[in-house]
Amino acid sequence: MPPAEPAGPTGIAALVDSVYRAESRRVLATLIRQLGDFDVAEEAMHEAFVAAVEQWPAQGVPDNPRAWLITTGRFKAIDRLRRRSKHEVALDEDELERLESIADPSLPAESEAVEDDRLRLVFTCCHPALAPEAQVALTLREVCGLATEEIARAYLVPAPTIAQRIVRAKAKIRDARIPYEVPGRGELEERLESVLRVIYLVFNEGYLASSGAALTRHDLSAEAIRLARLLVELLPEPEAVGLLALMMLHESRRAARASPQGELVLLEDQDRSLWDRAQIADAVTLVEAALATRRFGPYTVQAAIAAVHAEAPDGGSTDWPQIAALYDVLLELQPSPVVELNRAVAIAMRDGPQAGLALVEGILARGELADYPLAHAARADLCRRLGRAADARDSYRKALELTAQEPQRRFLERRLAQL
Amino acid sequence: MRYLCLIYLDESKLAAMPEKDMDELNARHLRLNEELVESGHFVEAEALQPAADATCVRVRNGKPTLTDGPYAETKETVAGFYVIEARDLNEAIQVAARLPSAPLGTVEVRPCRDLEVDGVAYKASRKSRGRTFRS
Repeated sequence: MPPAEPAGPTGIAALVDSVYRAESRRVLATLIRQLGDFDVAEEAMHEAFVAAVEQWPAQGVPDNPRAWLITTGRFKAIDRLRRRSKHEVALDEDELERLESIADPSLPAESEAVEDDRLRLVFTCCHPALAPEAQVALTLREVCGLATEEIARAYLVPAPTIAQRIVRAKAKIRDARIPYEVPGRGELEERLESVLRVIYLVFNEGYLASSGAALTRHDLSAEAIRLARLLVELLPEPEAVGLLALMMLHESRRAARASPQGELVLLEDQDRSLWDRAQIADAVTLVEAALATRRFGPYTVQAAIAAVHAEAPDGGSTDWPQIAALYDVLLELQPSPVVELNRAVAIAMRDGPQAGLALVEGILARGELADYPLAHAARADLCRRLGRAADARDSYRKALELTAQEPQRRFLERRLAQL
Repeated sequence: MRYLCLIYLDESKLAAMPEKDMDELNARHLRLNEELVESGHFVEAEALQPAADATCVRVRNGKPTLTDGPYAETKETVAGFYVIEARDLNEAIQVAARLPSAPLGTVEVRPCRDLEVDGVAYKASRKSRGRTFRS
């Protein structure tokens, strides 16, 4: 790096660019609270950054760029209110007075509120009164700063569809008056559940694409992990820590999950030297911290299960009794047929395929997982291990009929061919 | 005897209406409200935000769950209503979840809106604070 050059126009543009990347979400989060409207705040933020490009070369970069941008954005909104009143509507005096009396963000009176603004933004975007797909789109747009086109590409959905989801969600926030706040203690657990669900949906969309040929869409998974890190930093609740650890553990196996030809590789067959050991160690520390609080939930238990897998040097030395015991805990916290299925697979590993098969067939007989390809794949695998080739073949075929995901299809076809 | 008059219409028609016609419709509602107050028929009225702004609240096992959008089942029908004053949607949902019938069915929470005439907002409700009928 050459020594600091005098900051010419290009230097300033690059600087504003880096300030934008580092600060735009914080600036936006505060402007939404101060101005009371998502669209007005976005407009004001963009005008503030335009002003920065124009003014910083001559006036120098302010000591606190974030505070400068927030204050400039607010003044831009005040200007706009005044300008608009000349043409169309009467000046809203009360609103003008309110906007003018907001304290500078670097003053103590305001800086505490500013600290919580990003958390307010997260909880508002993930409000359960918004449609789940709108929560996801709004969070990626407003909290993560992804462009509408980027979200559309990641979700294989036309950009106008994503744009419309975001517009509708903002209209509902405004018209139904969804408050811009961090929920109080009484509601926190439930509302946090909604935030964690959105983060995990984003992660899974990236990790296990629901359809199409790509096995992973890395950007979405990385975005979900970034989002969880932000949440843990702002609100270190055990389940948020647990979810972060769970995603890191999945992510640590990414390089081993697919063969160079893009084929799905099962956990037991993965080349464990490809696992990211540093990430696993970080995640294990997080799981232990979350478990120690004794206020953990299903994400933490899932992370603990993933951690047991991650710590086994090879598939054969996996601590199945511990995994089966953790599934018992998980089933209690989150009773669901899918958890039951996973528990059955763990029990098959602990007590032998016959014990597992009885459980899997019991679940299938209840009909709840009749359309779930992995339930049939599990039965097929247990039958295969018991030497019941015909039964295995039937179940692999059934699983194949139900799955749309290409790598999974190819995996099942390979297994079928090996019988 | 009290009667509840529910207004059903195609929202897209309302959205496509020219502003002049919308103003006229709203002004006529407000005029009628005054006539009904005078004749003693009026109890309460509200205009509603679009169905997309609705939130459905269900209480099962003592726990409220929310879904986005209007109530869409056809088996259950309107059995009663409350008009409540709340600070924001969260408070409205908390009140809705306390209704003793909420565990039996679904409570659709719909925000009310003002009736706008020539850029001025009027409340259809007589109970609401602030500007009520056109004076």
